[in-house]
Amino acid sequence: MSQKIPGFSTLAIHAGAKPDPATGARITPIYQTTGYVFDDADHAASLFGLKAFGNIYTRIMNPTQAVLEERIAALEGGTAALATASGHSAQHLIFHTIMRPGENFVAARKLYGGSINQFGHAFQNYGWEVRWGDVNDVSTFESQIDDKTRAIFIESLANPGGEFVDIEAIGNIARKHGLPLIVDNTLATPYLVRPLEHGADIIVHSLTKFIGGHGNSMGGMIVDGGTFDWSKSGNYPMLSEPRPEYGGVVLHETFGNFAFAIACRVLGLRDIGPAISPFNAFQILTGCETLPLRMQRHCDNAITVAGWLSNHPKVAWVSYPGLAGDKNHALQKRYSPRGAGAVFTFGLKGGYEAGVKLVEGLELFSHLANLGDTRSLVIHPASTTHRQLTDEQKIAAGAGPDTVRLSIGIEDSNDIVADLEQALAKV
Amino acid sequence: MRHIHPMNHDSYDDSYISGILDGVKTIAMAGASANDVRPSYFVMKYLLNKGFSVIPVNPGQAGGQILGQDVCAKLSDIPVAIDMVDVFRNSSAIPGIVDEVLALDPLPKVVWMQLGVRHDEAAVRLEEKGIQVVMNRCPKIEYGRLSGEIGWTGVNSGVLSSKRPVMRQGFQSFGIRQK
Repeated sequence: MSQKIPGFSTLAIHAGAKPDPATGARITPIYQTTGYVFDDADHAASLFGLKAFGNIYTRIMNPTQAVLEERIAALEGGTAALATASGHSAQHLIFHTIMRPGENFVAARKLYGGSINQFGHAFQNYGWEVRWGDVNDVSTFESQIDDKTRAIFIESLANPGGEFVDIEAIGNIARKHGLPLIVDNTLATPYLVRPLEHGADIIVHSLTKFIGGHGNSMGGMIVDGGTFDWSKSGNYPMLSEPRPEYGGVVLHETFGNFAFAIACRVLGLRDIGPAISPFNAFQILTGCETLPLRMQRHCDNAITVAGWLSNHPKVAWVSYPGLAGDKNHALQKRYSPRGAGAVFTFGLKGGYEAGVKLVEGLELFSHLANLGDTRSLVIHPASTTHRQLTDEQKIAAGAGPDTVRLSIGIEDSNDIVADLEQALAKV
Repeated sequence: MRHIHPMNHDSYDDSYISGILDGVKTIAMAGASANDVRPSYFVMKYLLNKGFSVIPVNPGQAGGQILGQDVCAKLSDIPVAIDMVDVFRNSSAIPGIVDEVLALDPLPKVVWMQLGVRHDEAAVRLEEKGIQVVMNRCPKIEYGRLSGEIGWTGVNSGVLSSKRPVMRQGFQSFGIRQK
């Protein structure tokens, strides 16, 4: 006996979204409310004590947000999910749930610059130590694991260089050492890569990027893969020990394979507070319905643009794994056969100055600090997203001084190429 | 004795689970706890709120009450016919429970073993007597999943539907659609 699992495009539209039972509204309403009426004192006590399913307060849960959570959990193949105000706050809640002061985790050195800052600076104030590993030499992850290590963190498709990571190889190390593998799947989205199928245990997203897709709403998401045994080692007491916040409930024992998502909500979101706005959840839900169509178009446009750039006489190099000669092409074919994503970097023979001139000469591309928008975007990482890093860190992160990052939109590819052509002519 | 095909207990169709939850009224909960943070207490409270009659079974609590319900020492002490036995005991206790179940007259329709509990030989013994078996599942989670309530907590229910959820009395309470 087995049930047919619907296809990705069907899930992208339907998962989590039944008609509103009171009104028949087919589109998920924006439940713009802070609180929810209880039947009586016993009902309220059941909800506060986690004994009944239901809504209490929008800092902890909201019905619009809940549809978005079930939608992304279904698209990733996870057991449950938790939406947050941003991808950064999602990461904050994940590490709050698994780390105590004096413990450490190993993270890929090539990450979104904001994550490098969060891990390297903000987390230090909590006594959570990050150790940097090189995804091209997975032994650098294993060699840094000790008895205080609690997790491994990577991006499936690394920002800003657009490089695919060997998730299975790093997942094997995590499993060998009894650690959860956390994967930021923002740049790939589950349309291209589903890391839970390759050994990940927890997925994190900035929904602000391709999943929302229209550059209009911030949001983050934690997806629980339901794969990790939180009780085995005794190193994750938020899940395996009686919680005084809830009168002694043991979350892993009570909620089984979705206990991590519950812990992030009822211990992390409840007490730290980065709730997503119901309006943002609604906007992101609408965007999510067209994720498969948009993501394919993003990829199709990106390979066209990357191929054109790689033949341009003023271009020194293009780092796009979709190109046949790219060092990352084999990993792309293995992990992301539908396409190589829409974010990549290139350098101009004229170096830093030419890069700045190019960015200033573009008319269709917008010069701003986001990616994964319908619009084509351009940024110079060394002076913006990766500005706080040292020169050495910038180069290690794939954001050297000559590097220009593009996020290719879903406009007509001829127009995207034409804009680059006219701007390159002025360099 | 009727011949049956071996049941697959690795995964269950939603229709199998909803048929059970729609069909049973009286549930004996073996291993019920009076401790209000134990999973069995959560489940018993939830099932009572959904209109099931739940009889707690626990020799250590016999003669007392849990959630206002009289506690029996063993299944054979229950004075009414029961539709389902929900087992909150570990796998090693299952053969003894099955002996108790098969001595009941009338037999229950369903034996349900909680998350983490699985005993395939015991399941075969029960199924040979026409008793439906569910293992390694929680009736609260399954009820919440099939009614849609569990989605409020961001859980992937695996259920897609363009039909109206079934509303029960009071706020924030859904029921399971009749198949």
